[in-house]
Amino acid sequence: MRNRYSLFSLVRNGLSHNEKWGRAWHSPEPKREYDVVIVGAGGHGLATAYYLAKVHGIRNIAVVEKGWLGGGNTARNTTIVRSNYLWDESAQLYEKAMQLWEGLSQDLNYNVMFSQRGVMNLAHTLQEVRDTQRRINANLYNGVDGEWLSREQIRQQVPLINLDSRYPVLGASFQRRGGVARHDAVAWGFARAADQLGVDIIQNCPVTHIRKKDGAIEGVETGKGFIRAKKVAVVAAGHSSVIADMAGIRLPLESHPLQALVSEPVKPAINTVIMSNAVHAYISQSDKGDLVIGAGIDQYTGYGQRGSFQSIEHTLQAIVEMFPSLSRVRMNRQWGGIVDICPDACPIISKTAIKGLYFNCGWGTGGFKATPGSGWVFAHTIANDEPHPLNAPFSIDRFYSGHLIDEHGAAAVAH
Amino acid sequence: MLVIRCPWCGERAESEFNYGGEAGIARPAHPEQLSDEQWGDYLFMRKNPLGLHREQWVHTHGCRRWFVAQRDTRNYTFTSTEPLAAANKEQA
Repeated sequence: MRNRYSLFSLVRNGLSHNEKWGRAWHSPEPKREYDVVIVGAGGHGLATAYYLAKVHGIRNIAVVEKGWLGGGNTARNTTIVRSNYLWDESAQLYEKAMQLWEGLSQDLNYNVMFSQRGVMNLAHTLQEVRDTQRRINANLYNGVDGEWLSREQIRQQVPLINLDSRYPVLGASFQRRGGVARHDAVAWGFARAADQLGVDIIQNCPVTHIRKKDGAIEGVETGKGFIRAKKVAVVAAGHSSVIADMAGIRLPLESHPLQALVSEPVKPAINTVIMSNAVHAYISQSDKGDLVIGAGIDQYTGYGQRGSFQSIEHTLQAIVEMFPSLSRVRMNRQWGGIVDICPDACPIISKTAIKGLYFNCGWGTGGFKATPGSGWVFAHTIANDEPHPLNAPFSIDRFYSGHLIDEHGAAAVAH
Repeated sequence: MLVIRCPWCGERAESEFNYGGEAGIARPAHPEQLSDEQWGDYLFMRKNPLGLHREQWVHTHGCRRWFVAQRDTRNYTFTSTEPLAAANKEQA
């Protein structure tokens, strides 16, 4: 591999004052034709390209991106990774992703700073205790780790937390293999690894139309001209409905703003990820020291990459409820991403009625954790024109058959 | 926070309102005659447009009445709000 990062390359480049590090990826002009064109160079799109090239040997791939790579939701989430979903279909999909996360930095030769510091889901009511314990048991049956923490065990892990607030904490589930990863590095790592396998990553290249003929895909019209493609795979997150509209198909998605915040950096205070569905917020602390905070979506649909102040206020009320000692920490930055919400809060990873057109969307507020797994199963779906058993239940057909995967709330968190 | 003009109460803060999704989706008169595709389309498929969107809101902490708004989903600007009855008559 060209430019392989290692201790040796670190020393060698250090001796030349770090001026000879090569570019991590090229910025080629598009060719006229590709085997596969992927729309959207976020984490999921780049992971799809990488696994197509690496696992399925398809190298003639372009990833077209209207902005810059990793500039959408990949860099707008709260970086949480976990796989403790209730239902078999989702637990197995997210667990596949978790297994890929565990070897991802080595596989990509890029440090994605995956840190398995654990993910804690608090239970505040008797019903939540029962639901959480049921989910832990379901997780164990699916080979996903999980354990129940008593109040005393929570206190030992997170001394800052206020367990006797208005909605007292009665216990929590804990997935020790869960944690966080550096989201930019995930996009960059997949981009670099895909680029080295010959994938063309074309930025500043919006797709303006999907061209099809006799029910099969022909290619995409873009800001840089027409690109012919045997297969087109759309991974456009919040803008999936817009691309679907170009192809004349309907999706069950609604795009909402989802906001998140980081505080000023503070000394290490929170060594795990803490999520609460009842008071509705989640928090972790980055390696830099800032508290990374998120909660629920804004109620209205929109593409503005910003939301309303009342959502931020709700989020911070919940955080202060759990951690009164943080009440005077100042927030540094706040932003919004546009998330594509599915009626059953589960993704669509699917073929469509148009031959050669594939969609991977509907991840809503929980897509980051699935990035490698999503790319892995989607690459399989594209290469074989058939879904992998892991993503077969996530077909668009489920909205016509009625076989929804009802993860709303079932995962014990707002995704 | 959005400022929303309720057709009865005038301009109020967004926190008084709840969003009700895409407007103008009529329940089929004879659901038993629909194919699975038509039923799934009615239940789940949404326009979710980039641009002007006709949508329902309810003034929960005010007059508690429903109305139809037209809003640009790019910049969240409301271009009109009107009572539900008037909006439905228009559509019919």
